[in-house]
Amino acid sequence: MVGLGVSVAVFALVHLSGDPVLLMVSPDAPPEVVTTTRHVLGFDRPLYEQFGRYLGNALQGNLGVSLRMNRPVTTLILERLPATLQLTVAALVIAVVVAIPAGIVSAVKRGTLIDRLAMAGAVAGQAVPIFWLALLLIAFFGVRLRWLPVYGSGSLAHFVLPAVSLSTIIMGRLARLVRSSMLEVLGQDYVRTARAKGVGESRVLAVHALKNAAIPIVTLLGLQFAQLLGGAVVTETIFAWPGIGRLVVEAIFNRDFPVVQGVVLVVSLIFVAVNLLVDLSYAVLDPRIRTETA
Amino acid sequence: MRRGELTMWLAALFLGLTLVVAIFAGAVAPYRANEQDIARRLQPPALGPHLLGTDEVGRDVLSRLIYGARISLLVGVVAVALSCPLGVFVGVLAGYAGRRTDDVLMRVTEIQLAIPAILLAIAVVAVLGPGIRNVILTLSVTGWTLYARLTRGETLGVKARDFVQAARATGAGDLRIMTHHVLPNVLSPVIVVAVFAVANMIILEATLSFLGLGVEPDVVTWGRMLNGGRLYLSTAWWITAFPGLAIFLTVLAVNLLGDQLRDWLDPRLRNTLRSHQL
Repeated sequence: MVGLGVSVAVFALVHLSGDPVLLMVSPDAPPEVVTTTRHVLGFDRPLYEQFGRYLGNALQGNLGVSLRMNRPVTTLILERLPATLQLTVAALVIAVVVAIPAGIVSAVKRGTLIDRLAMAGAVAGQAVPIFWLALLLIAFFGVRLRWLPVYGSGSLAHFVLPAVSLSTIIMGRLARLVRSSMLEVLGQDYVRTARAKGVGESRVLAVHALKNAAIPIVTLLGLQFAQLLGGAVVTETIFAWPGIGRLVVEAIFNRDFPVVQGVVLVVSLIFVAVNLLVDLSYAVLDPRIRTETA
Repeated sequence: MRRGELTMWLAALFLGLTLVVAIFAGAVAPYRANEQDIARRLQPPALGPHLLGTDEVGRDVLSRLIYGARISLLVGVVAVALSCPLGVFVGVLAGYAGRRTDDVLMRVTEIQLAIPAILLAIAVVAVLGPGIRNVILTLSVTGWTLYARLTRGETLGVKARDFVQAARATGAGDLRIMTHHVLPNVLSPVIVVAVFAVANMIILEATLSFLGLGVEPDVVTWGRMLNGGRLYLSTAWWITAFPGLAIFLTVLAVNLLGDQLRDWLDPRLRNTLRSHQL
């Protein structure tokens, strides 16, 4: 349903602005070129027919042909998608590895200097524009220290700067949520009971507390996945990362609207799929949900 | 005064000063935004005529920061002022009307939420073309869903309350109930969300400008200043450092203000997933 809606939205986006052919050809193109392009791309057909054909083709995996590269949009996206997913997952892993321990420590050491420092870092992290952070990282680790490559892909070292800058989109928010969720759970009776039974503190935190605080954390990760995919547009442009984010920015400057439509559609469908997985994971994380469903 | 309140007052003071400086940019800025002095290009920050240095064509970085504040604040505030009423209208209508209206409006909201905001913004601005008006319109189009979802949830709770039932029993029409009884009772969380949204809009505008998709080329913005300084990272750090810092401090101040406002107006939002989604 959402996929169909996104298809309509993406199709409408190009058509609502007027004649899509005028968006695609050069502003000084002669009228006969405009007419020919309109006919070749089928934009002289009725709107419902155009949408029907677009949707029918999309369902078969055909997202049209790039106007600039003269190659199928699906092929272009499939070539670039793995790089974007690798970058996004790397950023997600970095955010989780940093934010979850930081949130837990903050909750356990509530009110101490560690808590204040961690939460000040989280609040600051939420305010940092990623493109500025990316430039600072390039200036320091790439240009001054020459420790890490600042553009392109190919090795593990190439991942570090783009993934770290992308991860800050969700890191601060995640750390704050982990802290507040843990504080809520740590005050519950079952945690007190576990401690009274002599269960070790690390087991109390990992098994009794974190598992029960997991649902809001996983939900946030699912919702923020769209932010990461969106942030990849900026990160890939700065670091010349060969993913679909850079592809869409290049397509916009080249007025290559079939590519823009295709990327928006694919990214939205990935987001929908990720959130479906998040919904399914609730049953794994909380047996009560499994029982209710059954 | 508690630490949270002190932080809030400091944030408010910073934002107030930024606003005043932005409004009176013509009187406060030492130079005009696009005034060039090629002979003094890439001057580092120093006490003298160019306190924060000059850029690649000899423009004063401090003056450009001051003029850039106008666009950031204007776009952030106006985009929220447009998207918030639209989202509230959709949310109250969906929550109050229920059934098919609710289904349709919430499906539309979900569809838009499935498209990452920045991707939607660059696609819309690419179709509409550059310019302040189009950027504001674009950001408003991307922002209304947040308020719609929030207001719809609040409306569902409020419409079941006794005072709404009492109003209906006294013969009040749907429009009157929505505007006089439901709306005032759902506004507190909306105000909190709107404050956080200003910060998001400032970052989104800066991102569009940074990508070269924002306002007209001759209009100075913090995002465009950052983009211009990219090529001089190794030789002139100040061109990128100061506009980035300006965005960071402004967004930080808005967020801190939002945090305190949330604790005052709607403490229920504290420690919830919803507050962290903002």
